[in-house]
Amino acid sequence: MPKKYNIPIKTTLPRFYPIGKYATVEFRENCAGSCRECVKKKCVYDIFKDNYHHMSSMDAPEYLYTCMGCFRCVQECTKGIFSRVINPEYRTLGDDYWNADIIHRTWYQAHTGKIPVSGAGYRGPFVGEGFDSMWTDMSEIVRPTRDGIHGREYINTCIELSRSLMRLKFKNDMTIASDLPPILEIPIPLMFQQPEFGLLSNNVLLAAAMAADLLDTFMFIKPEDYTEALAPYADSLVPCLRKDNYKDHLGLIKESRMVELSYESGIENEFTRLRALKPDLIISVGIPLNTQAADRAVNLTQADADTLHFYADNHGNELDSERPRFLKEMIREIHLKLVEKLIRQKVKLVFTGGIAMAEHMAKSIVCGADGVTVDTPLLIALECRVCYRCVEGLPCPVKLEDLDPEWGSQRIINLIAAWRNQLIEVMGAMGIREVRRLRGEVGRAMFFQDLEKENFAPIFGERK
Amino acid sequence: MNDRNLIMNIEIKTTPSRFRNTIGKYTIRRNSNCISCGLCAELCPYGVHPRYDNFSQPLRPKEHKCIGFICKENDFFCVDRCPEHALTLRLNPIQETLGDYRWTSDMIIGNWEMAETGNFPIVDLEYNLGNSGGGFDKLRFKLPQTKNRLDLNDEEIDTSIDLNKRNDGRPEKTLSIPCYGGGMSYGSTALPVIVGRARAAKRINTLTCTGEGGYPVELVPYADYVITQVATGLFGVTEETILHSPVIEFKYAQGAKPGLGGHLLGDKVTPEVAAMRETVVGSALFSPFPFHSVYSVEDHKKHVDWIKEINPHALVSVKVSTPTDVDMVAVGSYYAGAHIIHIDGSYGGTGAAPDIAKKNIAMPIEYAIPKVHRFLQEEGVRDEICLIASGGIRNAMDVAKSIALGADGVVIGTAELVALECVRCGNCESGRGCARGIASTDAELGYMITEEWTEQRIVNMYMAWRKQWCELLRQFGMKTLRELVGRTDLMVHLDYLDESERAQYQAAPRNAVII
Repeated sequence: MPKKYNIPIKTTLPRFYPIGKYATVEFRENCAGSCRECVKKKCVYDIFKDNYHHMSSMDAPEYLYTCMGCFRCVQECTKGIFSRVINPEYRTLGDDYWNADIIHRTWYQAHTGKIPVSGAGYRGPFVGEGFDSMWTDMSEIVRPTRDGIHGREYINTCIELSRSLMRLKFKNDMTIASDLPPILEIPIPLMFQQPEFGLLSNNVLLAAAMAADLLDTFMFIKPEDYTEALAPYADSLVPCLRKDNYKDHLGLIKESRMVELSYESGIENEFTRLRALKPDLIISVGIPLNTQAADRAVNLTQADADTLHFYADNHGNELDSERPRFLKEMIREIHLKLVEKLIRQKVKLVFTGGIAMAEHMAKSIVCGADGVTVDTPLLIALECRVCYRCVEGLPCPVKLEDLDPEWGSQRIINLIAAWRNQLIEVMGAMGIREVRRLRGEVGRAMFFQDLEKENFAPIFGERK
Repeated sequence: MNDRNLIMNIEIKTTPSRFRNTIGKYTIRRNSNCISCGLCAELCPYGVHPRYDNFSQPLRPKEHKCIGFICKENDFFCVDRCPEHALTLRLNPIQETLGDYRWTSDMIIGNWEMAETGNFPIVDLEYNLGNSGGGFDKLRFKLPQTKNRLDLNDEEIDTSIDLNKRNDGRPEKTLSIPCYGGGMSYGSTALPVIVGRARAAKRINTLTCTGEGGYPVELVPYADYVITQVATGLFGVTEETILHSPVIEFKYAQGAKPGLGGHLLGDKVTPEVAAMRETVVGSALFSPFPFHSVYSVEDHKKHVDWIKEINPHALVSVKVSTPTDVDMVAVGSYYAGAHIIHIDGSYGGTGAAPDIAKKNIAMPIEYAIPKVHRFLQEEGVRDEICLIASGGIRNAMDVAKSIALGADGVVIGTAELVALECVRCGNCESGRGCARGIASTDAELGYMITEEWTEQRIVNMYMAWRKQWCELLRQFGMKTLRELVGRTDLMVHLDYLDESERAQYQAAPRNAVII
């Protein structure tokens, strides 16, 4: 039996105190002093540790980020000197898209490798924008395709990045007559993308490359960022080249299993030249995700590209548009266009931009992607606060330049392990054992507009 | 005695918070200028300033009773009247750290107040609407016509529901309120809470449910009001526990984690819990998904028959979550012989579930109710089955909206726990369990609450809710809650109205929430 794919998780502590959500406020002047009932000593989560000592011997207030929010200290202090506020730093964490909640969860996963689990019900809005306006479906008694929790190790998350034939031809003796294209498979539907911003020090890239290597996936990287240190991981790197510069990187191409060419008109003419250099080379084409993306996808598929890699902006929005559509709609458009042209099977689609949570990976695949890449989450796993100070040339608050690549790669590995487990969790619920079968399977999803139309329109009429 | 009289005889008793410092919408602080003259205590009709006859020092104000800035207009406004200007009134900043989109801090504090007093909160709290921006929070009852209004007392209004509509010779079962308690297992929840819930169920003639964790012997005195749940792990299910119960519930799936089994983390598996479930101490327990003995409606019927055979007096409920084809599942359950089809929507509560599951899998209950109701009607079986909804039903108006959408009644879980001062911190599953002593089996934390207190708080909450339902029914000229079932014509959805029409209804709360 082949070895099962297993991602090794190891608790990897943060280097800095993470920014916590709550800050406990004490009105110390009202403290009774040496109170025997001090709630700090009784904290169920023991977050105050030595902090009930006198002010002068107090450590840094680590309880700023460890408060679990039970309100016991607030409600039980004999003098009522406690209150709680949202940590002002938490409010400013990230931006509209990469919000504090996402950053926090990513930190947790990178730290522990565990999937976020909690009690009580869902706490968020009824419905939201983008990926938040769809739900995944599950298998009920009528679709019992799952072996329960003990069967989840049999759920397969492999995808291919290589082109496929639409059909096989056979000779009279039943041997295959078709020319079989090379096969490139990765064990998770997820790759890494060199982030657009951030302090991309050698250590950061090295940490990501090491993680990609261990996970047996790829990282898309600019050729100018290749360093000596990355050489051992060349097998897991995909150089992103252009028509006008790939000839300068022939050595790199020969070392790589897959290369990417950025889109320009006539780029398909280069495929033959590249494949002549290395016959089993897998070619990805990097395409901006704009209104022309679907048409380009059709042309490039017909020209035998292996993978089409679309780039949305960092918030998952369409490029070059006044009213940009979101990744979800764009994936549907491209996928369906290829389905309509009867060539969807030939090519693999990968999307970059705005993939912030494990559910985005699952939902992208449901919408029709083969796989996705992550960029910003790699940085967040390394404690990035998405403060964009680096963009302005200011120093990084978590010193991304100094990190230990071993530590960094384990943080990224933990994050990806947690994401994969979440993917398995939803696939298990859907009763799907192959992530390749999840692709475009909108029968396992419900969309807000459809649910409103089916269930509320007969009652309330037209939505305004 | 009929149900109406029964319910009106239930005693409401003021049952204050377990904690010395309460959390309210406003905060009132007393500074050191206070000379303890006692004027504020004399003035305040709401009891914000407690004072004992034999103790002359000022006590900490009962802040949650304070009605806030509107009190300025009263001549008893303590802040203005204090001779030493020792009092300050502010909006409680802690509110921002309490609650979330679905359960706002107003809703939580309002629920606490109802559980304390058995009445509507006096403080200006929005306890009927959350901030989720959809579903229940966008649904409103139409403005009632004054001519339809009935002049009836609460005593004369019937809020009961029938569970057995099949006419199959099994017992009739009528609950006095359209709600019963959701399954919370021995293991996930503190024993006094479980028993207190059962006592409350007995008092108000409704039901509670064991969840999947066995049947603690402490529940036996309330056996007529306790549902035995049979879930996929079959933890603690024996012939005796099936014989005990008036209703047996098959849990095929749970709304918060459809397609996944139950999950009890190792820390919560204490020796007592392990003994009840016949498992190993400290070892995490997963229930499988699905029932591996059920791969078709026929298999399902076999399950139902099995229960009916063991207990000829029991009614059978089938709990499923809400996938696209929930309507088919409901009809299948009907044909398999179930009395109750219980649909559990995706935003429901849980002791522990992956966040990705809670947010994403299956549809919210607001869609599922009309879908199932309509399909059962089209199949001509709606009148023979009791449709129960759950999963994200937070307050009395959510209950009424669910019923108007087509449910006969609802199952309440989270709201009962909030009545016990749950703050929805979501840490039910970690370490020693709930720090507030509700969802914990820890030797210390699991016994912070008494059964009596639990019972009375839950009774109070439901009695306050009943007042809301009675008022609603009166407005629409109805004498029984049964008349409201499926009356979608009495409701509007804000997103389906023109701007001008929408303006007549209370807008959906839209505050920025940090979660």
